[in-house]
Amino acid sequence: MSAIYLIGLAVLVAVGFLFGLARAAATARSGPLHSRPPYHGVFVALGVLVPMAALYVIGVPVGQRLAESQALAAFDLGVIDDLKRSAILRDVQAVLAGRFAGDPGEALRRAAETYASVRWIANGTLLAVGFAFGLLGLVLSLRSVSAPFRARTHVERFINIVLFASATVAVLTTLGIVMSVLFETLRFFERVSPVDFLFGLQWSPQTAIRADQVGSSGAFGIVPLVTGTLLITAIALLVAGPIGLFAAIYMAEYATPRFRAFVKPILEILAGIPTVVLGFFAALTVAPSIRGWGQALGLDVASESALAAGVVMGMMIIPFISSLSDDVINAVPQSLRDGSYAMGATRSETIKKVILPAAFAGIVSAFMLAISRAVGETMIVVMAAGLAANLTFNPLEAVTTFTVQIKTILVGDQEFESAKTLSAFALGFVLFFFTLTLNVIALQVVKRYREQYD
Amino acid sequence: MRARYRAERRFQLYGLVAIGLTGIFLVIVLADVLFKGLPAFTQHQFVFGVKVDAAEIDPNNTRKPDEIRAGDFQALVRNTLRGIFPEASDRAARRRLDGLLSSGAGDALRDRVVADPSLIGQTVRVSVLTSADADLYFKGLGTEITRRAGRGTATPSDTSGSIEIASTVTDFASDGTLTDAEPSQLVAINGGVVKLTEIRGNRAAGEVLLPLSSAAAAAPGSWQVVTYVTPESNRRVGDREVVWLERLKEMGAVRSTFNWRFFTAGDSREPELAGIRGALVGSALTLFVTLVICLPLGVAAAIYLEEFAVKNRVTELIEVNINNLAAVPSIVFGLLGLAVFLNFFGLPRSAPLVGGLVLALLVLPTIIIAARAALKAVPPSIKEAALGVGASHQQAVFHHVLPLAVPGILTGTIIGMAHALGETAPLLMIGMVAFIVEVPHGVTDAGTVLPVQIYLWSDLPEIAFQAKTAAAIIVLLVFLFVMNGIAIYLRRRFERRW
Repeated sequence: MSAIYLIGLAVLVAVGFLFGLARAAATARSGPLHSRPPYHGVFVALGVLVPMAALYVIGVPVGQRLAESQALAAFDLGVIDDLKRSAILRDVQAVLAGRFAGDPGEALRRAAETYASVRWIANGTLLAVGFAFGLLGLVLSLRSVSAPFRARTHVERFINIVLFASATVAVLTTLGIVMSVLFETLRFFERVSPVDFLFGLQWSPQTAIRADQVGSSGAFGIVPLVTGTLLITAIALLVAGPIGLFAAIYMAEYATPRFRAFVKPILEILAGIPTVVLGFFAALTVAPSIRGWGQALGLDVASESALAAGVVMGMMIIPFISSLSDDVINAVPQSLRDGSYAMGATRSETIKKVILPAAFAGIVSAFMLAISRAVGETMIVVMAAGLAANLTFNPLEAVTTFTVQIKTILVGDQEFESAKTLSAFALGFVLFFFTLTLNVIALQVVKRYREQYD
Repeated sequence: MRARYRAERRFQLYGLVAIGLTGIFLVIVLADVLFKGLPAFTQHQFVFGVKVDAAEIDPNNTRKPDEIRAGDFQALVRNTLRGIFPEASDRAARRRLDGLLSSGAGDALRDRVVADPSLIGQTVRVSVLTSADADLYFKGLGTEITRRAGRGTATPSDTSGSIEIASTVTDFASDGTLTDAEPSQLVAINGGVVKLTEIRGNRAAGEVLLPLSSAAAAAPGSWQVVTYVTPESNRRVGDREVVWLERLKEMGAVRSTFNWRFFTAGDSREPELAGIRGALVGSALTLFVTLVICLPLGVAAAIYLEEFAVKNRVTELIEVNINNLAAVPSIVFGLLGLAVFLNFFGLPRSAPLVGGLVLALLVLPTIIIAARAALKAVPPSIKEAALGVGASHQQAVFHHVLPLAVPGILTGTIIGMAHALGETAPLLMIGMVAFIVEVPHGVTDAGTVLPVQIYLWSDLPEIAFQAKTAAAIIVLLVFLFVMNGIAIYLRRRFERRW
């Protein structure tokens, strides 16, 4: 059905364009047009496209819903839950496709017949009404083709709307993220109190399948996750902060253009390595070596230590910190440097006493962006950090993070509607707002900083 | 004053050290992956003459492809190998011998015979896949082997079973019982191999692994004491397998070839059979969906924001939004995909379609920002000239500004696509982590992508999958380098200073 509709749509649009073009060209022979003929063609084509496409977008789901509700009514089950509903509909589809195993039974067969007949009627109606609309649009818009008709203005207005709609997709995405995590989080808080969630010291998201199971209560306190995330982020910053900052200072203040041209690609390649690759490196190379060194020193190192994940995460954010700090240092006006040199300061003294204080706000925001990147990073910690939620600040032990828990809960078999599944969205909610806040503040700081020197 | 200069030099050194460390990190990561992954691009095969027995594969003599396809080619290959080592007659030994073959060892033969049924009844020379352990053994993950010629005259007591070897001088290492926690000692004598279990002075008791041709005394220098340096308990292949594999190698029946299978096969639980074709196709389909969605959307949004947007609250909101969206953790996009595309719209799980949609939203900010920069780089005089000769605002933008911005937009798009190609976390959320053997045929088939495949393999315990993982990473990195290389080339080639 869809194929017929869409092919018909394409044909009608093409016909509309050609008719509009031809008619406008014919009109042009008797006098100048306001708009060039192709605009008239496009106008007519749009006159067909818009009503037909709109009808399709609305009509298909409506027809589907109608058929489903009729098929369910054939069962006469009264109130049924979502799960049963989708099971029945799957069976109906299976019967129609002829791949239902065993005897479907009288009720199911009747439901399938109802479904098929309603679908057929709905599709037929949609086709008929759609083509009627299309033809009507074609005729109406063709009639408006005339010398003084401002086809271009109309077409451009339409294009403008399309452009604006595209720009709003970003906003819709944000809205979609907020909505999807917010609703599930609220449902989660119906089961677990926010106070327990935010201040609980235990994280073990197992909910009981049977009420009498041992340890069935499930604990949803995110404090161990917060400390684990912060621990790994702190290690990453300890690695990346000095290295990134010094690299940025050298690149901005000392490096010759040739050296820059040589080093920039290194940083870009490092930034472009997918995190799954770094995770593999962390889990199979860094973690065992750290464990080996630890044992040589007589330390007991967990095989999924926070240190391994943190160090590799640090490698990941070095290019991030260095390129942002580089920009910030470069934005410090030359006059400040000249002033410092004129006072007899060496270059390093100038950097330490003048440039870094001047760029301080910008560097802080670079670090904030790096933190937000590290907190939201998933693959390195999934592959190299542990699953056990230990409340510890010892970098040699295994800790877990927000992202690891989200991934662990949502990958694989999900318990439908359980507090465990919903808790992943609550974690996502916290993660999203934490990183969002950091970003907003950091971007504000950068903006203010730019204005200061512009 | 000198102290100040020293401080200056020290400070410079810090910077250089920092950059050096970064470089070293990069080199270590790449070298590590290369070192681990390159062996996986070759694969060892046995080359046998296999007798294609009609009774095994086409008992009813139909010569129909379907009938032949169902035949047990694995058994044919197994029987050939058993024919080479007839002494492996008990069940345990046979099972160990069969373990040298991949469970897909018969596939190549099957394809040949199905294509040419006249081969039935003949002896065909085919390459058969070794098992992952045998493959790793040939790649050097087995043991170092040292050989030392015997100095005395050695006399074996028998040609098979448990025998004793007596030498005229002290040829064997220290007295005592040999365990599998120390290096294995074997004696190669009279065309057979004996594994020593106990040594007492000049005499050694042992188990015959390859039968001897005779129990005659062997002259000094004509027999050898062989040591497998890695203890048996520390390797994946036992002494028996090593003896077989070494014998096959001496027979010239082992060949190393480029591992085409890695690129043509789907995923598998057997390391030697697993390939990345499914993941490559899945990645291609996903990226296709991403590109189709986010390129038009991104360019349209950029044109609007750069050229047509009025400075007002709404525009500012959109701009702030795009900047923040660029910094949202990728896993959150996965949550969006799960809640909206899967649960709300009911799109199929694990499908490249949904993966592409999620990735499109993920890279949209990147593309918008790049496209805006490209549009901004076109000098306003171009647009003003178009407006001056009577073009409408849209005509000026679409006919004159946009074409000049195309190289910049393309560069940004390729970089965005490279980013999407390496992205893993959001795809885990929408179920692209399933174990899927089939190569997807369309955007709604269940599939996986290259980075997810890497993640899946890295989780598997078999050591052979480690090399596969690293090899898949090499393929991914090659794709990324090529894409970025194209982007840099485009930037250089079309960069114009106005």
